[in-house]
Amino acid sequence: MTCLPTPAPGAKKLGLVIDLDTCVGCQGCATSCKEWNASGHSAPLPDYKPYSAGAEGVWFNRVHSYEAGEGAEGRTVHFPRSCLHCETPACVTVCPTGASYKRAEDGIVLINHDTCIGCGLCAWACPYGAREMDEQQGVMKKCTLCVDRIYNETIPEAQRQPACVLACPTKARHFGDLGDPDSAVSRLVAERGGQPLMPELGYKPVNSYLPPRRRPDPAPVEDAPTQMDIRNPVLRWMDRVLSR
Amino acid sequence: MNPAPSIVFFTTASGAGYGLLFWLGLLRPVGLLPAVPAFALLCLAVALVLITAGLASSLLHLGNPQRAWRALSQWRSSWLSREGVAASITYVPALVFGWALWAGQPGLATLAGLLAAAGAAVTVWCTGMIYASLKPIPQWHHPLVAPGYVLLSAYSGMALLAAVSALGGVVGGPASFIVTLGIAGVILKLAYWNMIDGLRPVATAESATSLGFIGKVRPLDPPHTETNYLLREMGFRVARKHASALRKLALALAFGLPILLALLATQLGGGVALAALLLAALSALGGLLVERWLMFAEATHTVTLYYRGG
Ligand code: SF4
Ligand code: SF4
Repeated sequence: MTCLPTPAPGAKKLGLVIDLDTCVGCQGCATSCKEWNASGHSAPLPDYKPYSAGAEGVWFNRVHSYEAGEGAEGRTVHFPRSCLHCETPACVTVCPTGASYKRAEDGIVLINHDTCIGCGLCAWACPYGAREMDEQQGVMKKCTLCVDRIYNETIPEAQRQPACVLACPTKARHFGDLGDPDSAVSRLVAERGGQPLMPELGYKPVNSYLPPRRRPDPAPVEDAPTQMDIRNPVLRWMDRVLSR
Repeated sequence: MNPAPSIVFFTTASGAGYGLLFWLGLLRPVGLLPAVPAFALLCLAVALVLITAGLASSLLHLGNPQRAWRALSQWRSSWLSREGVAASITYVPALVFGWALWAGQPGLATLAGLLAAAGAAVTVWCTGMIYASLKPIPQWHHPLVAPGYVLLSAYSGMALLAAVSALGGVVGGPASFIVTLGIAGVILKLAYWNMIDGLRPVATAESATSLGFIGKVRPLDPPHTETNYLLREMGFRVARKHASALRKLALALAFGLPILLALLATQLGGGVALAALLLAALSALGGLLVERWLMFAEATHTVTLYYRGG
């Protein structure tokens, strides 16, 4: 069913919180995502021409780098982009087959690869570019929030997290229930002022991006002059006398 | 947006076919068309061939065409599904219409023809709404898009109807309809192009990245050095100067020439009129292919904000 489910009050809203202050753009999350998902729920995740010019393939997570602002205020920000598991996503409602769906129990947006006809309409409907066509299987693929890890009882509990979150060397990625105001991720969003992407489109993204922190005031603080700075011998003598 | 040839052909061919079916079902009962069943059967055959060829071409666009039947299931939320349902249902009255004409049942023919006309109108409206409902593409999420699909379908259907009518010796009525609908088409396209040229962006690189509080946002390093599905499908770029030349070409071929030829046909009549109206129909369809190509090529998707900034 591609009509959106009405979540029960208190239902989970699983998602990611991504810290743009600490992300160093290492591509670790993207690579780890590709590795896990090439053999998980969405497998295979094809690469076309992997060993020659024009190598490209399906990835669920793409790490961009931007320059924001000018001059002393300007800075480089690394920016991982993946499905935001929106609350009211048109990628689900436009699907003619019911293959694209949002789970009522935790809000994860998934695709049934056995019924998808590969029309591509859901990719047009996603403002964030979170869906990529598997052109070999002829079906759409996207981030599953590692649905095959987070509920997976065959792996140690500490590893029941999305692959990207576990891979991040700077702990810039956090996974949790954003529907619960007391969860660690919700508190992080509240403390750091987490932001949704393109809220004006009305898709209500669940994932949240923590803004880069403001730098401390960059104006240099002037130190008191030392003896060495005072060239004039008279002034140096006075300084010594007065400093006693 | 990438103008996939299968989709450009589909919307143009099926649009014209549904337009022809619409006018045939509607104008035949009121006596504006040649009354002989052979005429209506010929029109119906042309319409169904165009519709079917277009739908077949749209199936080629799918990654898994053998599963296409599944697309009939989600009509509650999806305009694409609604289009599929409407297109399938329309075949029923259209075929009954043909049978009734063949078997000499004028009452049934009129009824089935009207139902087929309604089905055709609904189908084209659904096609338009598939595009008009997509918020990330401001040139499509626009109030003139769905009416545009309907008007251009009606216009190209009328151009076909006029050509077939001329075979049966009826020229004046359909030809004057070409002129009226063609002028409406020109006005609509000019208004649409004028509006999309002044469009305010739906989102900016700043809102797409949430970094606007720092200042202007510019892409620095791309996430991948080769292209990908997103860039091929949604990052299609057509140089501005080509766009304006193509707009002129679309206007001239789709509307200008057919209107002139239709006027000529009403003055001259006979064999010349037939030749002129056949040429008018071909020109209209060719021009609409260009128009539909532009409809895609000029449309921009918010995902390009991530790759190219805003
Ligand atoms: S980010 Fe895109 S694919 Fe993911 S839920 Fe939102 S609209 Fe759908
Ligand atoms: S590509 Fe698949 S999931 Fe996406 S809208 Fe089409 S059928 Fe649905």
